[in-house]
Amino acid sequence: MSAVATGKRGSLWQGLSDWANRHRKWVLAAPAIIFVIALMVVPLLYTLVLSFTDAQGSIQRAFDFVWFENYISILGDTARFWPAVWRTVIFTAVAVTLEMTIGMAVALLLRRPFMGRGLVRVVMLLPLVATPVAVAMMWLLIFEPTVGFANQVLGWLGLPAQGWISDPSTALPTLMLVDVWQWTPMVILILLAGLVGLPEEQQEAARIDGASTWQRFWHVTLPMLKTTVIAALLLRSIDAMKTFDLLYVTKGTGGGSSHEVETLNIYAYALSFDYNEYGMAAALVLIYFLIIVGVLVVLNMRRKENRR
Amino acid sequence: MTTRSLESRGFVGLRAVLLIVFGLICLAPIVWMVLASFKTNIDIYDPSSTFSFTPTLQNYSAVFAQADFLQFFINSLIIGVGSTGLALLIGVPAAFSMQRFGMAKSSGLVLLSRVIPHVTLLVPWYFIFASLQMVGGYSSLVISHMFISVPLIVWVMIGVFEGVPEELEEAARVDGLTHIGAFRRIVIPLVVPGIATSAILSFIFSWNNFVFALVLSGNSTRTLPVAIFNFIGYASIDWGALMAACVSITAPMIVMALLGQKYVVAGMTAGAVKG
Repeated sequence: MSAVATGKRGSLWQGLSDWANRHRKWVLAAPAIIFVIALMVVPLLYTLVLSFTDAQGSIQRAFDFVWFENYISILGDTARFWPAVWRTVIFTAVAVTLEMTIGMAVALLLRRPFMGRGLVRVVMLLPLVATPVAVAMMWLLIFEPTVGFANQVLGWLGLPAQGWISDPSTALPTLMLVDVWQWTPMVILILLAGLVGLPEEQQEAARIDGASTWQRFWHVTLPMLKTTVIAALLLRSIDAMKTFDLLYVTKGTGGGSSHEVETLNIYAYALSFDYNEYGMAAALVLIYFLIIVGVLVVLNMRRKENRR
Repeated sequence: MTTRSLESRGFVGLRAVLLIVFGLICLAPIVWMVLASFKTNIDIYDPSSTFSFTPTLQNYSAVFAQADFLQFFINSLIIGVGSTGLALLIGVPAAFSMQRFGMAKSSGLVLLSRVIPHVTLLVPWYFIFASLQMVGGYSSLVISHMFISVPLIVWVMIGVFEGVPEELEEAARVDGLTHIGAFRRIVIPLVVPGIATSAILSFIFSWNNFVFALVLSGNSTRTLPVAIFNFIGYASIDWGALMAACVSITAPMIVMALLGQKYVVAGMTAGAVKG
């Protein structure tokens, strides 16, 4: 039917169609690949060039090549850079650890059907799909020192009020909790999807052999679920290292008055768009990107090891 | 069957308590936000009216009375629909090709764009778009949001195409269809649920995105998250109106999650399980 139709449309069309079909691998994939090259590879090369220059203020302004000076001054910067690295690491480590632990516990509780399971599964989607900027604003009000709900609850319990996000010493831990609130459901969804695919026989066998619930989890369920656990860990770690909306909306540029929540992402944004230190910012974002790729490679290797 | 009978009563009770606590923790902040959006600022500042207050719509009318807010709503919609549609157009065929031909390097490159911190690209984008006079227009925002959608769609659709047997295309070839014809007429209709999953997820991520519009939007193309962020630029915060704006931006996402729960879950977990 269609062959007849295309045949009638003349040899040019026919030739084009033949060509497209012969090269279909690239004809189908090329637009997306070209898109990614144009939006990622080209800008990365541009950033690489910028990172060797002293470009600042306006990109139109002439700049000189300073080669590795930007990298050297960033790696030697103990005032902003290293604290930002440390905050990124601690934010990611604490938030993701909590997300994985709580996520695993809830996923195990939700594993078998029971009345109300559907409801829990719907409710936990809400933090996931809610707009992060709105979520940040919502928690800003909840943690507001004078009128917020958090201090109200502490008051009912007879505990002293806290500064939460506004207090430099508690801002980062508080925002970790917000991250846990928003993203634990993601971990639950992934782990649940993994749990559903697990065969029941080993569970039964272990049960008959008299293994306790904890032993069954640790020696039977967890090893079989390892690939999924690492996938969830990978996804969450990378996204947690890139947290921006929550931190920027609640604490503003520079991560607060004493940079208390300034992670690498927040610092890079400030260098780029507040200080317009383009050369320095370029070097910083490349270092930041390499750190993320490093985490990706290490976790991905573990994942592939486990698949075998 | 046997597993359920083996579960002790204590476990069932404990599970119920733990899950109720978990559900409440998920829900309570959102409920609090919704309640605050219906309160006057006086009620927000009064602890005794946490749950008992006279609801008012004044925050919503204040938010929507600003002509801009509707404009920002429309902007978010245009950019979300535009970027999702275009990303599907290039992402779905690419995913098909990558799945069928096992293009490891190309798919790796596309998936790297899922991983790269967006701040790495913002300065070059800003200058490239500025030199093309695209900053402040819809085009730069649609393109930047496509940068989130394309890897997402490729990621979801590679998994979907794995489930479509190649024999179907061979049968279509025998019937006289070309390779691309078989893809269009036989394969695509089979993966409509997968496309729905990618589309919903892509729209949610576009709607929720903040940083691209923060850098690239102009006064008339501002999206909702940036508009809400600008609310707190002033000395004192109008919490009631702010919460009303936050509820307005989140509500469409929650409705989508409720109606398309199956798709949202499928999209969020895509690829993670099979690997």
